[in-house]
Amino acid sequence: MRALAAVAFAAAAQAAALAAPGDPGDWPMAAHDYASTRFSPLADITPANAATLRLAFTFSTGVVRGHEAAPLVVGNTMFIVTPYPNVVFALDLSQPGAPLRWRFEPKPEAFAQGVACCDVVNRGLAYEDGKVFLNTLDNQTIAIDAAHGKELWRFRAGDIRTGETRTMAPLVVKGRVLIGNSGGEYGVRGWLIALDAAKGKELWRAYSTGPDRDVLIGADYKPFYAKERGSDLGVRTWPADAWKVGGGTVWGWISYDPELDLVYYGTANPGPWNAEQRPGDNKFTSGLFARDLATGQARWFYQLSPHDEFDYDAVNENVLIDLAVAGKPRKVLVHPDRNGYVYVIDRASGEVVSATPFVQVNTSTGVDLATGELRYAPGKRQRTGTVVRDICPAAPGGKDWQPSAYSPRTQLLYLPHQNLCQDQETTQVGYIAGTPYVGATIQMKPGPGGHRGRVTAWDPAAAKARWTIDEDLPVWSGALATGGDLVFYGTMDGWFKAVDANSGRLVWQFKTGSGIVGQPISYRGPDGRQYVAVLSGVGGWAGAVVAGDLDTRDGSAAGGFASAMRDLKQRTTKGGMLYVFALP
Amino acid sequence: MSSRCRDRALVLAVAGVAGALTAACEREARDFLPPRPGAQVAPAASAPASAAAIALAAAMVGRYEHNAYAISAGKRLFAWYNCSGCHANGGGGSGPALMDDVWIYGGDAGTVYLTIANGRPNGMPAFAGRIPEDQLWQLAAYVRSLAGLASADAAPNRDDAFLTRTPESFADPAKPETVKPAVATGRPQ
Repeated sequence: MRALAAVAFAAAAQAAALAAPGDPGDWPMAAHDYASTRFSPLADITPANAATLRLAFTFSTGVVRGHEAAPLVVGNTMFIVTPYPNVVFALDLSQPGAPLRWRFEPKPEAFAQGVACCDVVNRGLAYEDGKVFLNTLDNQTIAIDAAHGKELWRFRAGDIRTGETRTMAPLVVKGRVLIGNSGGEYGVRGWLIALDAAKGKELWRAYSTGPDRDVLIGADYKPFYAKERGSDLGVRTWPADAWKVGGGTVWGWISYDPELDLVYYGTANPGPWNAEQRPGDNKFTSGLFARDLATGQARWFYQLSPHDEFDYDAVNENVLIDLAVAGKPRKVLVHPDRNGYVYVIDRASGEVVSATPFVQVNTSTGVDLATGELRYAPGKRQRTGTVVRDICPAAPGGKDWQPSAYSPRTQLLYLPHQNLCQDQETTQVGYIAGTPYVGATIQMKPGPGGHRGRVTAWDPAAAKARWTIDEDLPVWSGALATGGDLVFYGTMDGWFKAVDANSGRLVWQFKTGSGIVGQPISYRGPDGRQYVAVLSGVGGWAGAVVAGDLDTRDGSAAGGFASAMRDLKQRTTKGGMLYVFALP
Repeated sequence: MSSRCRDRALVLAVAGVAGALTAACEREARDFLPPRPGAQVAPAASAPASAAAIALAAAMVGRYEHNAYAISAGKRLFAWYNCSGCHANGGGGSGPALMDDVWIYGGDAGTVYLTIANGRPNGMPAFAGRIPEDQLWQLAAYVRSLAGLASADAAPNRDDAFLTRTPESFADPAKPETVKPAVATGRPQ
């Protein structure tokens, strides 16, 4: 077993720049490493022995909303965070049953629950140098002493009274804590902020809309495509002042390339959803930024969905890998977007290498690689007061926030995603601070084939799927890939599954207490054994009908997700529980 | 209908038919008098509504929920003021469902009015002082119609456009939710 593990470590070492800081058996950030691979090199658990996986211990979080977070493991401690009220627990992995070492209760304002668009989720903590970093729903970032659970500092930015919240997992790099805001459905103006990890002082703030000085666009800004060049595009691609309530929030994932010293992240949809109220490209929403870590200055931007009409946020993960393109190795980022395409982008220049649909897409017909333009399909354009039917993919996209995993061994990206289309009526909407700024009534439905979810093993070099697993319900959990050539994910009715990374063959499954929308992780315990952990607890946008006790007789409930999830209340119930598994 | 409503006192005086005709009049009545200044509820930031104001509101909501115009106006305001952004068309979203039989703070007319007027700590914003008082009553009447608590003959029975659920006039909070997933047409079931 030891020899096997050593081989796996050697194989994983090819992804040198990807490695997480510290011990390879740890899981120190939600995405495991700066490159956002969600790949653990641990190889004790394999397709040959996974059938014997059994429960090692559990832990009830006492909270019953959607548990989307990834647990963190550093040394002999596991850190988990709950949805609102954002309680942090530190579990002592060196003791039998992993007893509680400390808990931290930030006590966020209750009012924040009312302005969280898609359940009161939290997507994870971050760790660096003995500190745990927590985002709370009411717009606080808190540093906690990892050893004792004592608060070190608090940073506040944003106001729940204008619909602003904080749900993303911070990324901490070299003493800088990167955080972004949520609230694209409330006319919130998006930003990314870098904080000093020692004191919680704001180092820089980059808005997603507005004049160049606010967006931190200066002399370093060299976008690949002509369409991204010009001065103050964050103002001039909007009707007067609309950029002030124009969305572009930063609620998804952040990656970092230590060699290029660049930070990568996506911006969310423009507001309101009614696109007729905001003619123009609406920069810099629904696109990807590359920024200098120290200054925040933009290096390049690429808008995936200009003048977005379908809630296609670009906040999904950017997985940084080296890929042979036409026989030449290139540093790329792989980004599976809500708009239904997997983008492979040269991460130094911002050039799109390929953009290939991974679900049925009828809102656009392709991406022009010469200009970078997304070719919208005229038949699905929205008009105020009309209903457009059979829009694919639906508002949550071909894939939403739920992060994929990349195995350097199989060189496949494992995408958990949904297969949904929708009917939409577009309506006039007025901006009222603290209320939704949307202007659309939606009813979703299963996409082609009738299954609402799918796991796709995507070959980014060949730009095609290697294998797929159809799931009846949307796959709203993250994915985990391991050095033992396994892929783990969960289903919304509570099954936690391990499949062969090469074939997709199901090798093990376990029924947890509630639907799984969390991010599975793997770590080496203090006893030297490999463990796999996941939070169970249904919720999030897809699971809001259960987590929020919604009434699915109204198909437009939960932003239109209700009409596609009428059976979920029969399939699962609320509950928040950590499950940890190991070989006997 | 309108001729019979013209003289309400006369109708009320006619024994035997008074009940049916009074209901019909309430459905059709239009009250163009603005609320008296004394009936205004203070904005949420200051003192809570007085007992007299709550009593008046409860009475007005009770009257409005027998009135087709008032409920219809409330339905329009429900969209205009972005109530539907959180509560959808009654099924809920970031805010709770309003068409079921669960009322977190109470479903009586006075409490529904207070919830809209003063807000609630778990995320419901306050609308008193921001919109006219009679619109608060209309909204409260419409909210109660979503759960079948308003007169069925006064509640809206058709939508102008996109149908996402059965109309308010057929609302029955006790009727179970369907368990079948949406079929490929996406039509509500």
